[in-house]
Amino acid sequence: MDQLLHQILAGLATGGIYASVALALVMIYQATHLVNFAQGEMAMFATYLAWALLQAGVPYWGAFAITVVSAFVLGVAIERIVIRPVENSPILAVVIVFIALLVIFNSIAGWIFTYTIKPFPSPFPAEPLFGNPYLSSHELGSMAITLVVLLLLFVFFRFTPLGLAMRAAAQNPVSSRLVGIRVGWMLALGWGLAAAIGAIAGMMVAPTVFLEPNMMGGVLLYAFAGALLGGIDSPGGAVLGGFIVGVLENVVGTYVGSELKLTLALVVIIGVLVVKPSGLFGKVHVVRV
Amino acid sequence: MRGLDRRQLAGLAVLLVLACALPFLVANYRVFQITLVLAYAIALLGLNMLTGYNGQISLGHGAFYAIGAYTAAILMDKAGWPYWATIPVAGAVCFVAGFLFGLPALRLEGLYLALATFALGVAMPQILKHKSIEEWTGGVQGIVIVKPDAPAWTGLSQDQWLYFFCLAWVLLLFVLGWNLLRGRVGRAMVAIRDQPIAAQAMGVNTAMVKSLTFGVSALYTGIAGALGAIAVQFVAPDSFSFFLSITLLTGVVIGGLASISGAFFGAVFIQFIPNIADEISKAAPWAIYGIVLIAFMYTMPTGVAGFVRIARARLARRRGGSTVR
Repeated sequence: MDQLLHQILAGLATGGIYASVALALVMIYQATHLVNFAQGEMAMFATYLAWALLQAGVPYWGAFAITVVSAFVLGVAIERIVIRPVENSPILAVVIVFIALLVIFNSIAGWIFTYTIKPFPSPFPAEPLFGNPYLSSHELGSMAITLVVLLLLFVFFRFTPLGLAMRAAAQNPVSSRLVGIRVGWMLALGWGLAAAIGAIAGMMVAPTVFLEPNMMGGVLLYAFAGALLGGIDSPGGAVLGGFIVGVLENVVGTYVGSELKLTLALVVIIGVLVVKPSGLFGKVHVVRV
Repeated sequence: MRGLDRRQLAGLAVLLVLACALPFLVANYRVFQITLVLAYAIALLGLNMLTGYNGQISLGHGAFYAIGAYTAAILMDKAGWPYWATIPVAGAVCFVAGFLFGLPALRLEGLYLALATFALGVAMPQILKHKSIEEWTGGVQGIVIVKPDAPAWTGLSQDQWLYFFCLAWVLLLFVLGWNLLRGRVGRAMVAIRDQPIAAQAMGVNTAMVKSLTFGVSALYTGIAGALGAIAVQFVAPDSFSFFLSITLLTGVVIGGLASISGAFFGAVFIQFIPNIADEISKAAPWAIYGIVLIAFMYTMPTGVAGFVRIARARLARRRGGSTVR
């Protein structure tokens, strides 16, 4: 029982990271109805940036802030330069461009930083907080950061004019343009925000999985599973889905065997898509013939 | 798609003669590489049927390549089958696997299918490594296969023999594929890609055609996997990582979506470009793949085959124009 409790709590901690990446995926999905396959690699690249800054002697939170800002700029730039030309192309073309971005980021990271595994520091103390026996302080800290990010996003979308404009642009681009919202820039902002969230997730996951160009492969898959489980067009659902997948992964990994962890994600994805494609909290889409 | 005219037939005959002469003109190592090109060409035709003609995106075809390769390897290594007998079995196993995966995939369109196949491609190496099937798959170590000898009467080297073996399969599968794609089924596949609702209204059994396409596509890719495994003499889980699926997708895009001859252009690209790029850096092939993918999507969405087609049409028009005036 004690072990199960431990696994569930640890699962919540990793689930927080999946939830962040799932949230980043949902942000881009809501704005453009596309799933960014390069999300994980973009996060990985941002994490390398943070690592390079730390190596250069920048203090942790300074490096953290610089990385988040540069990831934001990078995300905006990618939307403006790479995605914009294929915006209205068939879905196949867009997916291929995403896959291209995935391999480009992966190989550039490998090229610049080599494929050797690097340790990445955690900003949180090594000994458990408050003397609790279940969670390390990194797990607790990364969970807290996930929740803070969520809260900030909620406040941003709910209470600021810019957030309202972004929601409007995603929901009804034509009418939004008519009332003077620059829809194209709203999409770019969405990409920037998603990249920034991804960067935070990358920096939180790197201390546990170690830094290497392929570190986000599994994380991205779980984030997909989480986003689909919660409903790909529902931010709250995606976060919950991320947590559920994190717990599932840990519990199944302990009791069934950790060799099939990725297969679990495959099963969740196909299961959700077959049984309830809209996810737990997503909208059911009706296609007009 | 129409049948071939006399000039095209003559051209194909010349190509075939060249293909038969090739293994006697180059070193054995090159023959081995070209054998792999042939295997890739089969896999690319399979993926192209699904993605190019039927419009279903697969980011996980490396998984079917792996299943084909493992089927051949297990049959040869554990059951002692001769190499030639394993190919049809590999195809059949993959057909069933593809058909079964295609059934749930029916409900998934575009992006969702891409997601599901992405998951399949990423999870495959782990499944192959799992200890419950280690007895057959050899776990992380994989399986080493003995390279088949050429029959004594041919007097060929092993590599040359394998090349002709692959060439025969290429001929068979491309003729079958060509007939399939220009016939009723092929038209139904394209109709589903372009106008799914209209196709259904016209009486096309969308569900059946889609899952059959998935099955046939997996069959081609599986046969390619089996041929590739016999040529390389080795299968291991990590040679079938997610990047193999991306390689196949890259080959299809570069060769040309919805084109048969494109499979060869794509296969040559994915076999030889990494070798050249490897000399720059270990990461260079992938960087080049990525950049080429984007460049093709922007400038040549129909791939090399489409480019050749357009160039030929322009030339013909110019020549035709000059004779009239």
